[in-house]
Amino acid sequence: MIILATFKIALRALRRNTLRTLLTMLGIIIGVGAVIAVVSIGSGAKAQVEAQIASMGQNVIMILSGNVSRGGFRMGFGTAGTLTREDFEAIRKELPDISGISPEVWASAQIAVGNQNTSTSVRGVGVDYLDIRSWRLTSGANFTEADVRNGSKVALIGKTTADLLFGDEDPVGKIIRIKNAPFTIVGLLAAKGMSGPGYDQDDIIFVPYTSAMTRLVGPGQTTFRSLTAQAATAKLVPTVQNEITNLLRQRHRIGPEREDDFLVRTQQEISEMATATSKIMTWLLGSVAAVSLLVGGIGIMNIMLVSVTERTREIGIRMAVGARGRDILLQFLTEAVVLSVLGGCLGIFIGVLSSRVLPRVLSSLGVVTLVSPTSIVVAFLFSAVIGIFFGFYPARKASQLDPIESLRYE
Amino acid sequence: MHAVVKLEDFRKTYYAGEVEVPAVRGVSLEIRQGEFVAIMGASGSGKSTMMNTIGCLDRPTHGRYFLDGVDVGELERDELADLRNEKIGFVFQGFNLLSRTSALENVELPMLYARRGVRGREQLERAMQALDLVGLSDRADHHPNQLSGGQQQRVAIARALVNQPKLLLADEPTGNLDSRTSIEIMGVFQNLNDQAMTIVMVTHELDIARYAKRNVIMRDGRIVNDLPVTERLAAGHELQRLEREQKDVQLVS
Ligand SMILES: Nc1ncnc2c1ncn2[C@@H]1O[C@H](COP(=O)(O)OP(=O)(O)O)[C@@H](O)[C@H]1O
Ligand SMILES: [Mg+2]
Repeated sequence: MIILATFKIALRALRRNTLRTLLTMLGIIIGVGAVIAVVSIGSGAKAQVEAQIASMGQNVIMILSGNVSRGGFRMGFGTAGTLTREDFEAIRKELPDISGISPEVWASAQIAVGNQNTSTSVRGVGVDYLDIRSWRLTSGANFTEADVRNGSKVALIGKTTADLLFGDEDPVGKIIRIKNAPFTIVGLLAAKGMSGPGYDQDDIIFVPYTSAMTRLVGPGQTTFRSLTAQAATAKLVPTVQNEITNLLRQRHRIGPEREDDFLVRTQQEISEMATATSKIMTWLLGSVAAVSLLVGGIGIMNIMLVSVTERTREIGIRMAVGARGRDILLQFLTEAVVLSVLGGCLGIFIGVLSSRVLPRVLSSLGVVTLVSPTSIVVAFLFSAVIGIFFGFYPARKASQLDPIESLRYE
Repeated sequence: MHAVVKLEDFRKTYYAGEVEVPAVRGVSLEIRQGEFVAIMGASGSGKSTMMNTIGCLDRPTHGRYFLDGVDVGELERDELADLRNEKIGFVFQGFNLLSRTSALENVELPMLYARRGVRGREQLERAMQALDLVGLSDRADHHPNQLSGGQQQRVAIARALVNQPKLLLADEPTGNLDSRTSIEIMGVFQNLNDQAMTIVMVTHELDIARYAKRNVIMRDGRIVNDLPVTERLAAGHELQRLEREQKDVQLVS
């Protein structure tokens, strides 16, 4: 039998009972839509994390202070810092494979210029920091080693913060008050843009880490929570990671059996850790959605079984005029596949639509979505496979009916 | 002339659970090209069972059946389907048209399953020809529920003819029709038979059987009588007579 004719018959049979067709497809529509939406959220989160990690710079190695616990390391920036200024200086001086290293001292502070007031994040860093993170200056210059040594009250200002406080004026040479201490702006940073929604990298102020430690974070804090190092080349990253680990173990006098009281992580590792959670979430939600696809498939099977029974006489007539079992099988299988693929297409449409709408609805959660073409292709193929899988049994049942009994069926 | 249908000691036994129901208990029958046979007999005498076997919808449980020289008992399900498609046209008491499907598409149906595919254009032409043959070409796009019983049966006959079968089978084709329409259908059959179509028809109406050329009478699964029709009726003539009578009735009243 001609394929085209089979399709025509299937479409007509489905049109005959539009509401039932729609209700049957609903399971597939919801399933495919949910899979696409969930996967798009997962991909979005992954892309966001990757963008942020890429913005860290190239060949970057993070050194985090930590305290040993039974389960290994507590991720994040530990309370009791174990990285001292001497550690930092030692790494900087003794490891030639490092092209730069800088502490990162994080603070959030009240900024004032005249009667203008704002709050932004202030980061205490070393002179290498701009190079490591690929920051450029549009005006002025980086602060110097001497500024760091002396804890000078100098600052580099991000584009967004500068625009807010000074408008179009060049901020270099101006004085700003950070936590009431007057700092002189020595450089204006070139804009980097957003590295994800709601996170503006240019809303920032850099000061020498020495100044940050004495004036901005609580007094008495002498250790760092994190250092950012950069290997000279990509190839050297593992070497540098080992060198830093060995040096710190030696300096911290950690015996061979004891665990590190710090954490050295390459950019690659950080990215893997950050995406691991979102990957698990995606799989989890994805399988829930897949279950609804399965339920949709069972719905199709159910309706196809009903349809075969209802149309027993039609099957008998077709067989009487010469339809082979195979023709009948193909007819009902086509119907099931058209049903599921149509549902799949609608589901893809709804999934793509919701991946557009979700970020707006959930903007407070910072949800980003990214619809991958793969997920669309997979969803489409999957719905076709569901049609074949769940349509096969009813179709086979139809094809094995006895023509005489079918003709007699009321 | 060789036999289109040849049954040799044909038996069919149904099994209803443990109980054996012998529906046909040994029938030998030959029907040659160009014959018009009416099979008669009481209800339950095995007429339909025999027709279903002749129509390749079923196989004998005993004995042999040759259709146009082919031993049907040896064939697979699919091969039977092909035989039905190529060599047999079926007309049923209840018409058995696909509902919500136009007359034209109903007639096209057997061509969908033709082993050598029929192209769309040829399909349409042949279906229209068949409808023309039964005088319904002007109702091609009507659905069964828009047609009278007689018209529906004509569509069914057109469908049965569209693949140019060797044999036209009709199981009580006039069973659901009034007497006038029945005669019209017999007219269609007689015309076809005049053009050498072999026809086997089941009926329990004596006067309908008289339109055929040969009557086979069955009882309890056996043939008890097989004789040529002596005073054969001609549908055209009978219709004229019916009209005259109707006029007379109108004149009287
Ligand atoms: N599928 C079946 N299962 C069991 N018995 C059947 C079946 N079909 C027909 N019969 C029996 O076979 C006998 C002949 O039936 P059938 O050929 O339909 O007779 P007819 O058409 O002459 O009325 C009847 O007794 C009927 O009950
Ligand atoms: Mg019968």
